[in-house]
Amino acid sequence: MWERILQIVRKEFRQTLREPRLRTMLIMPPLIQTIIFGFAVNLDVEHVKLGWMDLDRGVESVELRRHFQGSPTFTITHEAGSEAEAQALLDRGDVQAIVRIAPGFSRDIGSGKQAQAQVLLDGTNSNTAAIMGNYATAVIATRNRELLGERQREKLVDRTAAGPILLKIPGVEPERRVWFNPDLKSRNYFVPGIIVNIITLVTLMLTALSIVREKEIGTMEQIMVTPIRPMELILGKTIPFAIMGMFDLLLITGVALAVFHVPLRGSFALLVFAGALFLLSTLGAGLFMSTISETQQQAMMASFFFFQPTFMLSGFSFPIANMPTLVQWVTYLNPLRYFMDIVRGVFLKGVGIEVLWPQLLALAVMGTIILLSSALRFHKRLD
Amino acid sequence: MPPDGNAVEIRNLVKRFGEFVAVDHVTLDVGRGEIFGFLGPNGAGKSTTIRILCGLLAPTSGSAQVHGYDVAAQSEQVKQSIGYMSQKFSLYDDLTVEENLDFFSGIYGVPHELRAERKAFALRMAGLEDERASMTRLLAGGWKQRLALGCAILHQPPILFLDEPTSGVDPMARRQFWDLIYAMAEQGTTVFVSTHYMEEAEYCHRLALMYKGRTIALGAPSELKAEHGDGATMNDVFIASIERAEEEGL
Repeated sequence: MWERILQIVRKEFRQTLREPRLRTMLIMPPLIQTIIFGFAVNLDVEHVKLGWMDLDRGVESVELRRHFQGSPTFTITHEAGSEAEAQALLDRGDVQAIVRIAPGFSRDIGSGKQAQAQVLLDGTNSNTAAIMGNYATAVIATRNRELLGERQREKLVDRTAAGPILLKIPGVEPERRVWFNPDLKSRNYFVPGIIVNIITLVTLMLTALSIVREKEIGTMEQIMVTPIRPMELILGKTIPFAIMGMFDLLLITGVALAVFHVPLRGSFALLVFAGALFLLSTLGAGLFMSTISETQQQAMMASFFFFQPTFMLSGFSFPIANMPTLVQWVTYLNPLRYFMDIVRGVFLKGVGIEVLWPQLLALAVMGTIILLSSALRFHKRLD
Repeated sequence: MPPDGNAVEIRNLVKRFGEFVAVDHVTLDVGRGEIFGFLGPNGAGKSTTIRILCGLLAPTSGSAQVHGYDVAAQSEQVKQSIGYMSQKFSLYDDLTVEENLDFFSGIYGVPHELRAERKAFALRMAGLEDERASMTRLLAGGWKQRLALGCAILHQPPILFLDEPTSGVDPMARRQFWDLIYAMAEQGTTVFVSTHYMEEAEYCHRLALMYKGRTIALGAPSELKAEHGDGATMNDVFIASIERAEEEGL
């Protein structure tokens, strides 16, 4: 039995490594994706180009401007003198946000009234707009607190013979501390997720393609007339791609650590173990695609039909917690979701089996079911 | 292993694909050591019949035994006893000659101690001794066919099924290929070969003419020709048989 499996595995490696296209497919996608997500894709909001529209030109508006200039998030790049100019700045995308200070701003503050400062946001990218809005509000809130403090102090300062005594002002100071990714780098979030992405693509696609290619060129028929058992053929056809998937896991982990300094806080062995469990699902799915496809094109199409939704619902870029409840339930059927949890848990949180066992169990159960049901569909007959 | 009996016994074999009847109540026997030819136009049901005999397709009704095993119920035992080579060249283009031979040797479970000897035999038979390290895709058509045959006989099967093995090969290479078939028959191998080349039909010990899924004539080439009068060629026999079948309302 092992003899035959070994023969197929050896042949599969020879063919894959000999074919430049397939060889490229093993190395380039993981590298390119890792580099793109590591360097280019950045959801962190920094250096926002800000337009300044000051219709007040008083002491207070200058003071507020000083606060915005002092913030690392904002850079004031443009001035707008009129509504039309402000409109044009946003239309052309010269600025991402505009702070508009109404006439009488300084006067209102001086007389103890509520003064109006408007923040206009380019909402084309809703996510970025929300974050910019939060930052702008925070800058204004800081100025607000200062103003409030000054006022309170004026009222509360008690004059004695020895001089003024400052009274304490009660208040709550929030202290924010982020765990697992203290600098809130989106890179740390995305790069480990690529492992899930790439392993799925490579193993699903290569498995399906390698089987369907043999159907196309007629060698599958030739193999089917030999005494080989279906299980031997299936193992021979999946083991090579399991090994290649593991190679990609190592490759991406290596790049993540060496180039991007993504922290790997948990156990590497656990990551590899979870990867092996996850492969059961993707190899099974690849095998399934090969049973429903007659040509390599069909196999490609079928693989993409599987890959796109499972990837979207994996939590790689869109948080599952934000999805409608029904869709959230659907994600429980998605093996990528569990492996994504595990990969991020191991990399960023450094948690182990004591926390991740439900996900590991889910992968084991789903993988077994997918692989076995696909294997049962795989016959040694042409009809 | 069943010692006696025919190599192939087909009884009322029918294969339907939906409404289409590809094989229509075929009954015939092939004796051991015979070169049995399957002659007929494309779509006559030759390939389908051979695929059923190899256990690749399940019969709709009727039965067939190969080497004493039922093709429907004992297809795995059948596969132990046969070699198969199809019209579509089916080796790995991106492996070398030697790697192809080693692969099929392993898949057929040829005992380790016999592998070197069997490989040497296959290389010698196919005349590929100097090409053992060549990439298969670089071989000329005739050589590829002989390599495919070499891969199919590594496990020394008593029965060999060749489905239009020489289609698309030049006449010279075809002649060489038939020399190989004769050599194997002399060693006791039963060869079941389909073709649509008339001159190849003459090389067979016995043959069946297939038309629209039925056998419309069966016998030795000389017998068949004699039935159609003096000087009849295989081509005459073929056309006359088809005309008769059409008249009978096929």
